[in-house]
Amino acid sequence: MDFDYSDEQQLLRDSVARFVREEYAFDARKRLIASGQAFSASHWSLFAELGWLAVPLPESCGGLDGSAVDNAIILEEFGRGLVLEPWIPTLTLGAGAIAALGSPAQQQALLARVVAGELQLALAHFESAARYDATAIATRALRHADHWQLDGGKCVVLNAPAADLLLVSAREASGGVAVFLVEPGTPGLRMQPYRNIDGTMAAELLLEGLRLPVDARLGDQPDALPALGILHDRAALLACAEAVGAMAVLLQKTVEYTRTRRQFGVAIGSFQALQHRMADMFIEVEQSRSILMMALLTADSSGDIPRAVSAAKSRIGRAARKVGQEAIQLHGGIGVTEDLDVGHYVKRLIAIEALFGNSDWHLRRFGSAGHAA
Amino acid sequence: MDIRFSPQETAFQEEVRRFLADEYPADIRRKMQGGLQLEREDHVRWQQLLARRGWAGVNWPVEHGGTGWTPVQKYIFSTECALAHTPRIVPFGLGMVGPVIYTFGTEEQKARFLPDILASRVWWCQGYSEPNSGSDLASLQTRAVRDGEHYVVNGTKTWTTMAQWAEWIFCLVRTGGPELKPQAGISFLLIDMKTPGVRVSPIRLLDGTPEVNEVHFEDVRVPVENLIGEENRGWTCAKYLLTHERTGIAQVARSRVRIAELRKLAAQTPAGSGGSLLEDAFFLRRLAELETELIALEYTELRTLANLSAGKSPGPASSILKIKGTEVAQALDEFFVEVAGLHALPCVPEQFREGFTGDHVGPGTLAAAAGVYLNNRKASIYGGSNEIQRNIIAKEVLGL
Ligand SMILES: Cc1cc2nc3c(=O)[nH]c(=O)nc-3n(C[C@H](O)[C@H](O)[C@H](O)COP(=O)(O)OP(=O)(O)OC[C@H]3O[C@@H](n4cnc5c(N)ncnc54)[C@H](O)[C@@H]3O)c2cc1C
Repeated sequence: MDFDYSDEQQLLRDSVARFVREEYAFDARKRLIASGQAFSASHWSLFAELGWLAVPLPESCGGLDGSAVDNAIILEEFGRGLVLEPWIPTLTLGAGAIAALGSPAQQQALLARVVAGELQLALAHFESAARYDATAIATRALRHADHWQLDGGKCVVLNAPAADLLLVSAREASGGVAVFLVEPGTPGLRMQPYRNIDGTMAAELLLEGLRLPVDARLGDQPDALPALGILHDRAALLACAEAVGAMAVLLQKTVEYTRTRRQFGVAIGSFQALQHRMADMFIEVEQSRSILMMALLTADSSGDIPRAVSAAKSRIGRAARKVGQEAIQLHGGIGVTEDLDVGHYVKRLIAIEALFGNSDWHLRRFGSAGHAA
Repeated sequence: MDIRFSPQETAFQEEVRRFLADEYPADIRRKMQGGLQLEREDHVRWQQLLARRGWAGVNWPVEHGGTGWTPVQKYIFSTECALAHTPRIVPFGLGMVGPVIYTFGTEEQKARFLPDILASRVWWCQGYSEPNSGSDLASLQTRAVRDGEHYVVNGTKTWTTMAQWAEWIFCLVRTGGPELKPQAGISFLLIDMKTPGVRVSPIRLLDGTPEVNEVHFEDVRVPVENLIGEENRGWTCAKYLLTHERTGIAQVARSRVRIAELRKLAAQTPAGSGGSLLEDAFFLRRLAELETELIALEYTELRTLANLSAGKSPGPASSILKIKGTEVAQALDEFFVEVAGLHALPCVPEQFREGFTGDHVGPGTLAAAAGVYLNNRKASIYGGSNEIQRNIIAKEVLGL
């Protein structure tokens, strides 16, 4: 039994932690958002330079084929700094889809550019009417003699406003779902960009008679849904790692604050009523870390990954809600202000809970998968 | 035991309903239902309609122009208002400083201030909290030093709700020296916001709204006739307000209206397992739990009302109403975020402003759900935090 990181993993962690410390002071992050950019292009180049972008990608395309644990190390540190760079949208989902579904030629053409930091991606899969049901895809893809035609809509497409290439899923006449490469600006594609509560960017997509060349289809598999399911589980798992990082910071900030904030002539941290609340926050963080490890180790072996991911996502979602609420409450009035970082961690936690299946959705899936174990 | 309304009470309910149907402006109702921000003018217009009907001073005695309503009538009124989606009456003038003035003020002060408060001609804000004095209000440091016929005020108030709209502020200020107990050196002072040296700076809350402010006082000269009650006896006024008529705080009717809305939205939202969220056992169970909590709260409130009708003080029972009322409201906020699903993420405040013509992101008001949730975390913090309320129950009810 060994829950320790390897030396390489420890080095990776230290280097990501250093980046967060140096580049993600709360004010710097605020300025980045105020500048109107989705994230910092120079940070992304730095990730490429440091070799981080290679971690999740397959070796055949210059990647390192890193484990779930490796990826989670990076995301946990990102969670500590509320990093805005679109790791999950571009790498886990976008590059992940290309790696899982793309033809060798498509992989060669695109993934090396991802590793080099030259390509931003967004996977447009979920639709308003489908909620978290990744199989309920109503967007249609019709094959004409010399082109594809796509009609439909996608909601809350992470990183779409900054993407160089969109990956849009659509149902073919055969009933299977395929993924299509779409350049932003293609006639027939309407993008409504916006910022999310957590500072990241996304868009609603409307596809009306969107014409794509015949080679726009990613690979030739008859149905992309199983692969997309795996990708979204991976994304959920990494979001959990990010949440654990964010929660750990909230706990630490709350403890520090109650040590220094004085009311009634004493530090409010001396009130036992508040001490117990923070003890419970601590327990939530530890339980979250434990179930995250279970899910990461399952993902790196050959266990029941959906069940493990659902266990983690639902349990961590519950923890995130509680830790976020308690952090605000124990800070008092200052906790609900835009000027304090605490609320921004809470916003990211709300977003994480809502993404890739919320707590109830995963709890339900865990419950119905229960007998498989 | 009998909880039915008397024939007079039923008739009163009809009268309130008729008034709301005839007089409540449709444009304000539309804003309220669409989750749009209200402007100052919207609040004023609504409250002036109430004033013209003689219903603005809900808690005020008749002799000062109030309704003189029984607790049950007040309950009926606030329930019907919630069902009709009216704004809440902004508490600072009508609910706070007005009652303090008619209870502790001189005849001149009553004549000077009460008519404008009752008619919502003057907007008031509440200057109690300071950066270093929140829960421990008695430690406040804003100083008022007597100089002839004036007090000279220096200090900073914070979290002052809607100070940006206010013409007057009522403040707790320190007039006594360090030899007095903290509570014994505090006075209740009314300050015209236009006085030189008063400066308001906005604080943005997590949903981006500039709802609260810091109010800075630098050598602000306030006429002594603006002192309410005696010097160094301001704590009495503050305490009076805390125990005065807090029954509305449970917001039972508003929560009921929101549950109905939530059910409607959930019925249109797929659960991802075939049916709608409203048919989903996981969701339904938690919603049912919340509804039973709300029913219990409603009856706790009714029991408090019955006590009040019988002339007893609500006492620490109002702490239950505050705690449970905010917990239910915040649990509802969570439900809306949950129903919003992915659309909890977009932050598009402009689409919840009057006159927005672009494409709406997310169904109905759901893209505002996270903002509402974040904003309303304040409810368990202000007005005596829920921890302070529990301290009150432990001390004053349980004798610990
Ligand atoms: C949106 C908003 C609007 C407001 N509007 C106004 C207004 O218009 N006018 C005005 O005067 N004030 C206003 N307030 C201020 C409000 O009353 C204070 O925020 C509140 O009293 C808490 O004080 P604090 O924020 O300084 O928190 P603190 O008092 O520092 O409390 C921090 C935490 O410690 C806990 N705590 C403190 N003491 C104890 C104890 N003895 N035992 C256990 N736990 C304890 C608190 O419950 C809280 O969780 C507003 C606040 C907010 C957030």
